[in-house]
Amino acid sequence: MTSSSMVKLKGVIASPGVVIGKAYLLDISKLHVTRKRIPPEEVDKQIKNFIEAVSRTEKEIMRVKDKVHQEMGEEYANIFEAHLLVLKDPLLIFEVSERIKKEYINVEYALWEVLEMITENIAALDDEYMRERVVDIYDIGRRILENLVGTTSVTLQELKEDAIVVAHNLTPSETSHMYKGKIIGFATDIGGQTSHTAIMARALEIPAVVGLRDISFRVKSGDILIIDGSHGVVIINPDEATIKEYENKKRLFDEFKAGLAWLKDLPGQTNDGYRVDIAANIELPEEVEVVKNEGAEGIGLYRTEFLYLDRTDLPSEDEQLKAYQEVISKMKPYPVTIRTLDVGGDKFLSHLGTPPEVNPFLGLRAIRLCLRNKEMFNTQLRALFRASTFGKLRIMFPMISQLEELRQTKRIIEEVKQELKIEKVCFAHDIEIGVMVETPSAAMISDVLANEVDFFSIGTNDLIQYTIAIDRINEQLVHLYNPLHPAILRLINYTVESAHKRGKWVGMCGEMAGDPLFTVILVGMGLDELSMSSGSIPKIKEVIRSINITEAKELVHKILKLQTTSQIEEVLKEVMYKKFAHVLEGEKN
Amino acid sequence: MNTTQIKTNSLQQAIIIKNKLGLHARAAAAFVKIAHEFQSKIHLKKNTNPGWVDGKSILSVMTLEASSGSQIIISAQGPDAKQALNKLIQLINNKFGEKE
Repeated sequence: MTSSSMVKLKGVIASPGVVIGKAYLLDISKLHVTRKRIPPEEVDKQIKNFIEAVSRTEKEIMRVKDKVHQEMGEEYANIFEAHLLVLKDPLLIFEVSERIKKEYINVEYALWEVLEMITENIAALDDEYMRERVVDIYDIGRRILENLVGTTSVTLQELKEDAIVVAHNLTPSETSHMYKGKIIGFATDIGGQTSHTAIMARALEIPAVVGLRDISFRVKSGDILIIDGSHGVVIINPDEATIKEYENKKRLFDEFKAGLAWLKDLPGQTNDGYRVDIAANIELPEEVEVVKNEGAEGIGLYRTEFLYLDRTDLPSEDEQLKAYQEVISKMKPYPVTIRTLDVGGDKFLSHLGTPPEVNPFLGLRAIRLCLRNKEMFNTQLRALFRASTFGKLRIMFPMISQLEELRQTKRIIEEVKQELKIEKVCFAHDIEIGVMVETPSAAMISDVLANEVDFFSIGTNDLIQYTIAIDRINEQLVHLYNPLHPAILRLINYTVESAHKRGKWVGMCGEMAGDPLFTVILVGMGLDELSMSSGSIPKIKEVIRSINITEAKELVHKILKLQTTSQIEEVLKEVMYKKFAHVLEGEKN
Repeated sequence: MNTTQIKTNSLQQAIIIKNKLGLHARAAAAFVKIAHEFQSKIHLKKNTNPGWVDGKSILSVMTLEASSGSQIIISAQGPDAKQALNKLIQLINNKFGEKE
């Protein structure tokens, strides 16, 4: 397909900013498969990898099929039947295994050759409908390849010049190379605002749009692209007038960013001297440099899922220790809050053998899963305690919904401490232990929980989803997902009060903490720490440094009396736009 | 693609493809899906062609190019060969459930 005329696509906003540049198509099936010879003893392992990748792909397609069935009906879901049959095709498995065995080649290349052979056969058919199926077969091949690269390596490191990466999807292992690469923006077919790719893009401050459906089919490497991350728009092969228009937008956005840059080394402190710690959320040790550059005074949330996902075994204690130690020692003397494994919901570990759930967000996730897999939990806690001597560590537990869970968790911590003492392994004795407040139940019993923890961290993404009872990924319900629902504000306010009464501190690490619209309310409620994507830090500091704590408290007082979300939104916007239009509008240019 | 030796102890039946589109992708998928329901080995070929293809392989069945009006031979070998053959014949006779 040629794409010389201008095409405008709309996707999901992942990371703000505008960038104009050349596309680099990360088409795994075409660009990254190279023939490698493997030693004879590797043959079995390569075949095993292939079979595992096929079965992971099958599960993925089953999930998509079920979703399509629910949303669009059986007829559409049947489209995936053919996909599943291709995956189960004995020919595919047989041919790929044979090639690995006979030619001693790597599995990716063997798969690629077999796909070529199959599609050539189909393309030769005198039947247009059949020829169109070639696309389906490539799609399946690509999915299998994606599931294979979790165990092999596809890198973006080889980029020689600045490029906008276009891909079907980016796996965590690919995004991890972005630090060293020359990536100035990216666009993907799939993904939502809270997907891994989107979080990473915000952390790196690279404009990005995700959920574009088929951009990886429309673009070829070298095409000129405009990414408008603030509006979720991508333009392929823009004409000259459009380039001019966006160059102007880019200049405005960059000026806005530069205008806030001086705030980096200043604390989050109000005019009248009230101090709020500004911290950053991270997923990977490599992010620490970016985060420090933006002026974070700590890590308020280090998500440890990355260590566990995209692999077939569990990370060892030493491997985890290495990652934790790197973050903790690089951030020293600032604190690092590490959240223990939070999978389930929308992220899964296939090797734990957890059966599929009808309602995974209300299922065996986070702390519930860890308490059921004690050995895995023990390994993570041991790694955390061993890492604690390298700086200031805080540990927090996700999805606590009752006091018993906290007590059980603390008993396990005591066991780990005893183990380490017997083994004469050193660990810090001032590690703070906290829980995430992300279920309405935890917020309601925060007075009780506060007696037995050192701190709380409010996870607003889940708290909103569970309180208002809406699936935050469901596009039909987006309008109901609003942090300003009176119930959410009351729960946050109550949690802070409960903690402060008992001399404990409260942080917030959800998306709400990084949105300047809410900053005055959060400061007024008394949040002690706000943790966010590092890109939001200057904006939030700008707001905090221009207000007084007394006026923030007055605003909270007024807003808590209002009855509806829309009233609250109206009052808040009026106040905020009067004073902070430049911050709220700034990144919308 | 690879062809397979068909052993003598199999049940075989010849049938004419009657639906308008022939054994195209969707029809091939329906065929293979049923073939997978049985333990027996299923193979098929066009009567004009010497090569048998694996009836459980969608890619092979799709590339058989059995268009409307062509005769194919289905072979089933195994404990449930008879049931498999019956169900596959029924599928083809019902024109794969297509409305015409």
